[in-house]
Amino acid sequence: MSCQCLLLLLLGVGVSAVEVQRPRGVPLSKRQFYEEDKPFTCLDGSRTISFDRVNDDYCDCEDGSDEPGTAACPNGSFHCTNAGFKPAFIPSSRINDGICDCCDTTDEYNSGAVCQNTCREMGRKERESLQKMAEIAKEGFLLKQQLIHEAKKGLEEKQVKLSDVQNSKKDLEEKVETLRSVKETAEQPEKEAKDRHLKAWEDQKAVIHMEKNKARMAEAFLELDDDADGFVSAAELQSHSELDPDSDGLFTDAEAQELLGGMDKVDTVAFEAAWNNVKDKYMSESNVDSPSPVETPPEERESISENDSEQYPEDDIPEDDDEDDEDDDEEEDPDDRDYKVPPTAQTNVKKEDEDDGTMPPYDEDTQALIDAAQKARDQFDVAERALQEVEDQIKNLEKEISSDFGPNSEFAYLYSQCYELTTGEYVYRFCPFNKVSQKPKYGGSETNLGTWGKWAGPDNDIYSLMKYEHGTGCWQGPNRSTTVSHCFSNFYNYNMSRLRLFFVVQVKLTCGKETVVTSTSEPSRCEYLMEFITPAVCQEPPSLDSLRHTEL
Amino acid sequence: PVSNSYEMTAVLVLWLVACLTGTWAVDRGNFKTCDQSSFCKRQRALKPGESPYRALLETMELTNTRLTLQLINDNNKVRLLLELYRLQGNITRVKINELKPLKPRYEVPDVLVREPPTEPLSLLSQDENGVVLSLGAEAQRVIVSARPFRLDIVEGRDVLMSLNSRGLLAFEHLRMRKDTSQTEQDGETEDEDEKEDGMWEETFKSHTDSKPNGPSAISLDFSLPGVEHVYGIPEHADTLRLKTTDNGDPYRLYNLDVFQYELYNPMALYGAVPVMLAHSAQRTTGIFWLNAAETWVDISSNTAGKTVFGKMLDYVQGSSETPQTDVRWISESGIIDVFLMLGPTAKDVFAQYASLTGTQSFPPLTAVGYHQCRWNYNDQEDVKAVDAGFDEHDIPYDFIWLDIEHTDGKRYFTWDPHKFASPKEMLQGIMDKKRKMVAIVDPHIKVDNNYKIHNEIRSRGYYIKNKDGGDYEGWCWPGSAGYPDFTREDMRAWWASMFAYDQYEGTMENLYTWNDMNEPSVFNGPEVTMHKDAMHGAWEHRDLHNIYGFYVQMATAEGLVQRSGGVERPFVLTRAFFAGSQRYGAVWTGDNAAEWDHLKISIPMCLSLGLVGISFCGADVGGFFKSPSAELLVRWYQTGAYQPFFRAHAHLDTPRREPWLFGPENTALIREAVRQRYTLLPYWYQQFYHAHRTGEPIMRPLWVEYPQDPATFALDDEFLIGRDLLVHPVTEEGSRGVTAYLPGKDEVWFDVHTFQKHNGAQNLYIPVTMSSIPVFQRGGSIIPRKLRVRRSSSCMEHDPYTLFVALNPQRTAEGELYEDDGHTFNYEKKEFLHRRLSFVNNALSSVNLAPDATFTTQSWIERIVLLGARKPSRVSMKTADGPENQLEFDYDSSTSVLTLRKPGMNAGADWTVNFE
Repeated sequence: MSCQCLLLLLLGVGVSAVEVQRPRGVPLSKRQFYEEDKPFTCLDGSRTISFDRVNDDYCDCEDGSDEPGTAACPNGSFHCTNAGFKPAFIPSSRINDGICDCCDTTDEYNSGAVCQNTCREMGRKERESLQKMAEIAKEGFLLKQQLIHEAKKGLEEKQVKLSDVQNSKKDLEEKVETLRSVKETAEQPEKEAKDRHLKAWEDQKAVIHMEKNKARMAEAFLELDDDADGFVSAAELQSHSELDPDSDGLFTDAEAQELLGGMDKVDTVAFEAAWNNVKDKYMSESNVDSPSPVETPPEERESISENDSEQYPEDDIPEDDDEDDEDDDEEEDPDDRDYKVPPTAQTNVKKEDEDDGTMPPYDEDTQALIDAAQKARDQFDVAERALQEVEDQIKNLEKEISSDFGPNSEFAYLYSQCYELTTGEYVYRFCPFNKVSQKPKYGGSETNLGTWGKWAGPDNDIYSLMKYEHGTGCWQGPNRSTTVSHCFSNFYNYNMSRLRLFFVVQVKLTCGKETVVTSTSEPSRCEYLMEFITPAVCQEPPSLDSLRHTEL
Repeated sequence: PVSNSYEMTAVLVLWLVACLTGTWAVDRGNFKTCDQSSFCKRQRALKPGESPYRALLETMELTNTRLTLQLINDNNKVRLLLELYRLQGNITRVKINELKPLKPRYEVPDVLVREPPTEPLSLLSQDENGVVLSLGAEAQRVIVSARPFRLDIVEGRDVLMSLNSRGLLAFEHLRMRKDTSQTEQDGETEDEDEKEDGMWEETFKSHTDSKPNGPSAISLDFSLPGVEHVYGIPEHADTLRLKTTDNGDPYRLYNLDVFQYELYNPMALYGAVPVMLAHSAQRTTGIFWLNAAETWVDISSNTAGKTVFGKMLDYVQGSSETPQTDVRWISESGIIDVFLMLGPTAKDVFAQYASLTGTQSFPPLTAVGYHQCRWNYNDQEDVKAVDAGFDEHDIPYDFIWLDIEHTDGKRYFTWDPHKFASPKEMLQGIMDKKRKMVAIVDPHIKVDNNYKIHNEIRSRGYYIKNKDGGDYEGWCWPGSAGYPDFTREDMRAWWASMFAYDQYEGTMENLYTWNDMNEPSVFNGPEVTMHKDAMHGAWEHRDLHNIYGFYVQMATAEGLVQRSGGVERPFVLTRAFFAGSQRYGAVWTGDNAAEWDHLKISIPMCLSLGLVGISFCGADVGGFFKSPSAELLVRWYQTGAYQPFFRAHAHLDTPRREPWLFGPENTALIREAVRQRYTLLPYWYQQFYHAHRTGEPIMRPLWVEYPQDPATFALDDEFLIGRDLLVHPVTEEGSRGVTAYLPGKDEVWFDVHTFQKHNGAQNLYIPVTMSSIPVFQRGGSIIPRKLRVRRSSSCMEHDPYTLFVALNPQRTAEGELYEDDGHTFNYEKKEFLHRRLSFVNNALSSVNLAPDATFTTQSWIERIVLLGARKPSRVSMKTADGPENQLEFDYDSSTSVLTLRKPGMNAGADWTVNFE
């Protein structure tokens, strides 16, 4: 607690010494407030104390100003001159705490800590690095001017191109309209001819159908007429349970009679009316053993399984139990299971049934009309595609022109470029104003970490940080379950806890001569930080004069 | 296997539904209810009634220190042996075992600090109905009734406690399996019953417990006349005052890794201390049920259903029924070994329990500071950046923590070769700032032939075995893992030796340890823990499950002591614990969540632990799962700063939440909360010393200090630190005020921030802002603080004290000041200073409380602040060998605060300050 109120400030050996008497921890700029032998007024004006209470290791001023050189005030600050390096303020709680904070060692005057004066060394390093940075900044700034120039040129070119393309769009639009009417004109007679042809075919088909039906009816009559008496009786009809009208399993006499038009039995003629009642259900006796159709169409299952594999990463598919590892090992991985059911014979049969033969080819005239219409369509399609391309081009150009490439478009050169960084496990690909992705070095699919969002630097330096958002879904949750795929009891842990977020990448831009990605890290799960060097953020370097100022 | 595909699809669809709805709660279905735990179901099916047990008085043997007596079950004629001891310090021990068990039953070793010393018992009277013995002190007697058997402990005319008064003593004797026994004729049907009862095998979910020893459960009931409040039996996420369990499950004690635990229910959590305290305005007693098997505790009360009006009516009408609480303990195996701690005060019970199981270990001072943890700090650069962040934002901290990702593939005792390539360099960087680090070491060991630790444990045969005799393997963080048998002394000695600096590469003296997952957590085991039929030598895991985590921490702490040659105090944090765990370090309340209710529950959870000896308790500040709002985080810092173990922690998947990431205002609020902690470190440290000496809780419920004030009995939204600080944290979102109960009819309390004085025995409404932490100092106390808050506690070692003297209405105050080197065991060699500070008759003085101790301090008294003071005309100070000095002072009449400027005496000196 002994107190040395005054410190004779000795600047580092060899450095031009400026001796200024002032209480310990007071910066030169405030020296005038600490006049020896005069009462001291706290810098906030709250009270006045005798000068021997300055730096007496007791806090008298609420603002801490009476103890610039001791740790007595909780809110005080201590000034280190740091001759040879740059001066600094440290919280007064760091005075005599046994840790060397000031490079000139002045903060540890009574703690027993052995500190080395490192100011000259730090100053030298600082100057070297500042110099290097200044050089980089200088060159980078020159490059930046060039970039700005090129961007301007590029922008002008693009605007010229845009108006060119916009003009050609007009021409194309006209062409498309012309071709459209040509196409429509050709399609009208085509349609009429085709309809005629189709109608003729339909009529022919109806005749064939009727004949087939008659043949089936006759065959059925013979099959049904078990006693071959030339009549189909209600009893004979009842032998075909599939004809039961209400399918309740009870094919009653009354039901059979009703089918037979209220009669007990019918001859071949009367059977025609009855046949219309039963033909949809009737099963030929030669076919009755065939299997019933599959209830669930296979496509449905497929869609479920596809859906699943989309929702969950492969290794996350939980297995059903945990009791015994060996058992589990024997089981197939659910992913390998075949959810598809092979097509059955039934579906083929059905198709055959519906096959009524093929439509005959078009006659020559019709074919000629079709060919002409097709040609008109093709021409129209080509023209429409060309227009689409031009429209896309316009959209892209407009997007590029309206993008925020910095105050002087200095970032424009990054547009449609990509930069890669390879780390231990991954290759990171950074395509400015587009997206950031990550791909495992040794095989595996690419993960989208984010697409271009916005400039996200602090208000005074908004172009120092880029934000890429809405990357691939990033599952959150304890990976205890992913490491334990054999474990059912943790299956619940897994699904209860996982939240789906999306990858986000922040790209920090620093000045450099080159354009290169220097590092990536993932400070929090699903949030990446990428460091990127580009001349586009280089500021005009300070003049050498201002560099000198920092030396003392 | 197409036929399976439907099932699989169904599972996946269900899974998807669960996933999208994303309920944030434990899946209760993964943990047993009493009905699903066969022994609990069987025992709970027994209803109160006449006990089948009879005491065979003719078998009684009474020596000077011990009574033995046989009990017989009249239903099955199986005999039990009762032993009764009178222990020093007003404790009665009752042991009941089978007289001739088929094979030995497990008795819990290593928890008692020694064989408890006994006191003489004497026979007062005896007839054919029973025996009356004198318990020595205060006319205490134990009455042994023969038919049915029961024990009553009586003092004067009051019954303090009765055992088996409801006839629920039960002992499932060990037996041969009936299907292998020839004697039973009608064995078949009974065997069926037994199967159904799960006596020889039971299945939970897909796990089958083979139970080769058959049923072995024990049970006993205790009646507590006059008692309406019972506490303790942690760990549960429930209120401080235990609830009756008639309408639900009993409180369960079974150490489990419960994922996202639910609040306010009796489900088991990570640790188990089978100790219950019973309190009434007249008396405090305790029951210590020394059993490490799965245990369930039922509580019922004859007043539970009654409204206040109903109770009043009883009182007015002179209703005969006195309030009574009945409790019943059920354990799966082992013996009945119960310690009846008879008080009469809460502090007596703490001392009684401490005499059995020891006291809170005295941590290094630095461990009482702030801990910064996260799963995970990614690499050395990250550690460095976070360390620098604290300096940049001028927030003190003592420890930075590394979770499992720091290891090489979850192989504990190793470092990730890329992310933590030069651990010593990193530790040196931290040491340069006078700070420390904790790295995690979990007890599951990766099965990997290239891993030294695994190979050693396997070749030494130290792994727990499965029921078939092979090394037990389960899944945990590393994948397939073995579990060392920490119940073996030789295994623990080996484990401890692994912490030596030459064994645990890359470590230095500022690296400490964290034992997580030591329930043990087995991801693919029944209830996420070990199979009960796994073997620890001759014993089944069933017998000792709850003590596994205790042993892990014990061995680890021993390792840290040994590596320093026995010089340095260890610091080990554990998640699982048992009775006695207080001797080995700190515990935390496990994987909580960033929710306001979890902040609230941290208070009763730590209070309950403190009552059963484990003072060094805390909850993850900010909440482990999920991401806290800035408001919740700030409130949690403000609460955590006033709880014994103060550590922020966060789940791997949560966004970063170092204190400066929530804007300058919140950074300032958090800084202020942490700084308040650091100013109070001298008081906290003194509380730890006191807890270490006495076993009293540091963070304590109000009723402990105000045992006759029923208004305090159920309070668990506020608490005391020691005797003198009352804290009512703000735990409501958007709170504009809290109502704190200030106890003590003739007492006053001073707001520590404004120095405003409030009378005791009132509910005080306190308006709050975001910066408010309602804390009050008791009138009549003296609290030393160090107001020069620095980067870490070590940096503050030599700093001066400010004494806050809060006068009571009698204008007196008392306090203590304790100091030692802060990190070695030298305090055991009397290297410390311990002063009594007292203000009486207008004089404040410091006298030596430990004249035989020596310690030289550089710290001095820089300021004395008297709260509730009158303005003196003159203040003078006199030290032992110096002249009398007049002291300058400042008096603020608006707050009645008198501040003495720079008295300057050494903290270890004798001195007196006179106020005239």
